[in-house]
Amino acid sequence: MVEKIGTILQGLFNGGIHPTEHKEATAEEAIRPLPVPEVLHVPLSQHIGNPAQAVVQEGDRVRKGDMIGKPEGFVSVPVHAPTSGTVTAVGDYPAPHPSGLSGPTVTIAADGADEWTDLTPRPDYEQLNPAEVRALIRQAGIVGLGGAGFPSFIKLNPGPERPIDTVILNGGESEPYLTCDDRLMRERAEEILQGAGVITYTVGARRVVVAIEANKPQAIAAMREAAEDSPQIEVVAVENRYPMGAEKQLVYSVTGREVPSGRLPADVGVVNQNVGTAQAIYRAVVHGEPLIERVLTASGAALAEPANLTVRLGTPIEAVAEACGGYRDLGRLIMGGPLVGSALHSTTPPVVKETNGLIFQTSGEVSQQPALPCIRCGACVDACPVDLMPNEMYNLARNREFERIQDYDLFDCIECGCCTFVCPSHLPLVHYYRFAKNEIQAKEREKEKADIARRRTEARDARLQREKEEKEAKRRAKKKAADKGEEGGSDAREEAARKAAEKRRAQREGKGGKPAATESTSQETPTESAPDQE
Amino acid sequence: MAQPPTSASLATPSSPHAHGGGSVGAVMGTVIVALIPITVFSVYLFGWPALFLYLVTLAAGLATEAVALRLMDRPVRAHLMDGSAAVTSLLLALSLPASAPWWIGVLGAVFAIGVGKQLYGGLGANPFNPAMISRVMLLISFPKELSTWPVVAPLFSGGALSFSEGLRVTFLGDKTPALGMDAASAATPLGHLKTELTLNHTVGEILAEGYNHTQALFGTLSGSAGETSALLILLGGLYMWRRGVINWRIPGAMIGTTALLALIFNVYDPDAFPGPVFHIMNGSLLIGAFFIATDMVTSPTTPRGQLLFGAGCGALVYIIRTWGGYPEGVSFAVVLMNACVPLIDHYTRPRVFGKERAGGPPVGDES
Repeated sequence: MVEKIGTILQGLFNGGIHPTEHKEATAEEAIRPLPVPEVLHVPLSQHIGNPAQAVVQEGDRVRKGDMIGKPEGFVSVPVHAPTSGTVTAVGDYPAPHPSGLSGPTVTIAADGADEWTDLTPRPDYEQLNPAEVRALIRQAGIVGLGGAGFPSFIKLNPGPERPIDTVILNGGESEPYLTCDDRLMRERAEEILQGAGVITYTVGARRVVVAIEANKPQAIAAMREAAEDSPQIEVVAVENRYPMGAEKQLVYSVTGREVPSGRLPADVGVVNQNVGTAQAIYRAVVHGEPLIERVLTASGAALAEPANLTVRLGTPIEAVAEACGGYRDLGRLIMGGPLVGSALHSTTPPVVKETNGLIFQTSGEVSQQPALPCIRCGACVDACPVDLMPNEMYNLARNREFERIQDYDLFDCIECGCCTFVCPSHLPLVHYYRFAKNEIQAKEREKEKADIARRRTEARDARLQREKEEKEAKRRAKKKAADKGEEGGSDAREEAARKAAEKRRAQREGKGGKPAATESTSQETPTESAPDQE
Repeated sequence: MAQPPTSASLATPSSPHAHGGGSVGAVMGTVIVALIPITVFSVYLFGWPALFLYLVTLAAGLATEAVALRLMDRPVRAHLMDGSAAVTSLLLALSLPASAPWWIGVLGAVFAIGVGKQLYGGLGANPFNPAMISRVMLLISFPKELSTWPVVAPLFSGGALSFSEGLRVTFLGDKTPALGMDAASAATPLGHLKTELTLNHTVGEILAEGYNHTQALFGTLSGSAGETSALLILLGGLYMWRRGVINWRIPGAMIGTTALLALIFNVYDPDAFPGPVFHIMNGSLLIGAFFIATDMVTSPTTPRGQLLFGAGCGALVYIIRTWGGYPEGVSFAVVLMNACVPLIDHYTRPRVFGKERAGGPPVGDES
């Protein structure tokens, strides 16, 4: 059944691509909870920013929702126990990261009781001020669930100089395979809109726009039905084009406002949140539940039974695969969507807050095409949603022309992957841009270090010079005092001056045996000996 | 279920992990398919010599590519399979008179691939369209061979050449069979017009005899293979556009500019300047616009740059046709504009999202 979706808002950004959706495998799979595994490995870094600091030790008993890691610094959020049980280890465990490296992780053996900690629901959150609501959102460990993992409380704090009039709920989900946001909108539209209410209250906006790609008619219908009695909430169908879900592209398409380069949507009066994040914010504020689970899509040709699942954070990916009937001929495992997600080394790492999808691809799906030279076809220029010149940037990166590549606005690249997707020569273009960015950033860090060293040397030289001058000035003052003392100064001063004068005389005589004839004309007294005086 | 796989078995390149499925081979294959109708039709029109010339040129082009790749230590098979050498050779062959001797084709192909493409570094590195730079070389070096056009003698018709006569034309340089009984060269409409205009005839007088637009549309007039049927070239262009290999900008700007200039001058003095329809239907403007100027390697990559490039080609074609020493100027026009491509690309960079065109302060800063 296809419901009427009305006008489709055309994406205003240029370029973009239409990858094969692969969504049919899970679009009709209702979200089902994955049983809590016996052992959970909860990484302390599940967000952009500083990792949380463990506040539990081996042997501690925790209840579901207890804080096990406290935020460290400003850009950081706490991490909570996903179930009740016993902490069996606080140490390193393989992280869901392309590097395959391990990160600090709290391992919890579940006790099966799944008992909540004491929660403080705030359905009356409008009694609190926005800063207090933000604090609740931070305490609940909420980060962007669209895959970026940026702490939400920061996004919800644009500051008084950036008034927000519109909150956009991002239901774009333009990445292939992923259907978790689609299902969430169909099944929990009410909670998402409640979350939108919390967000608008926090940022002081009046208008909410729920933007959903036109290929999700049921989600659009469900959200429209839920928003029926809320005139401030508008549910719009946006054109089906990747990367519609990219923040600035979506803001532009929905509001016509172009977020300036290097700035945030808040600079044009917009706050953007993923629909999943909105739902999590609702659970966190109104029910007091910290973020301990998320909805994800497990899909891909290598997986027996693709599904949409609610998974406790810290559940090993292997356990997710088992719940989906297992996999065979696995060639690539992608966390997130195939365009911006990360390929993982194994199924050992756990599900984290950023895990919106787990794509199990067969070895046959891993591209074996060798790269050919660029034929300047310009497909990448046409596909770039930021209107960059990917072909030129590729050449410059290859030739390590890091100065010129910045003239080509390298740092405006959002690494969406459209250029690589369309490249007939199968060049790993985005890879080159990452390389160039890393090189430039490394150089800048080096330069910064060198600058610091230079500034230190200069400061030291200046300090030595200043000390020299101060001593000289002191010496002169003493001498003056001594000269005065002869006319009737204090005994002590006279004594000191005399001693100093004697010392100098002795030195001079020692050096050249010259008579102390110039002693009184101390203006020209050479300063070489000044440091030796004390 | 097996043990969890380890890093040794899973592919972990960086994102994106999806590809649209396009390839250089597919692009070139589309161009070749688009050229098939016009190629087959020209063989029908000019008989066996056309077929022999195409085969010889193609073989020489592919051989040169293979030798160059071997010398450069590049994978020969993978690059030959990309089809770019085949496209270049075929376009060159289609731009030659069908009665040209075999060595013209061989020389042209060796020069196009060897000098025009591989000397610059091979696929993607050549600044000039290899087929056109080679044709320009041939035209300047061998003007007689390059401007002696065979009369139209369709296969299976009364005037058609036999297989052996065809062999003689191509491999022994015997012109008599191809040029007809009186051994006189046929003239292309553009060449005819140019000659007659110098004899103080008016455009109206010249075109009244032996020319009409219908013939030009279906291609039963003399010329190189690529100059004959406007309809089949349009068909090929449409196919490439549908397959996303070309866009409308370069062909549109090129044809539009030539037509506009033709219109302006035709209105100014219809006796001295033929109208836009004549200019579009004759010569190699159409094949140039759809197949030559759109060569990806040697044309701009920016949208505005493509418009500018097409307009430049179109203007040069009109200028050379009207005031130049040659009756046709597509190859010169394209090669001249090829030289401007780096400059055009540099000055027509798109405005980056969130930035002013000059790359200066971001837009909306004042709001």
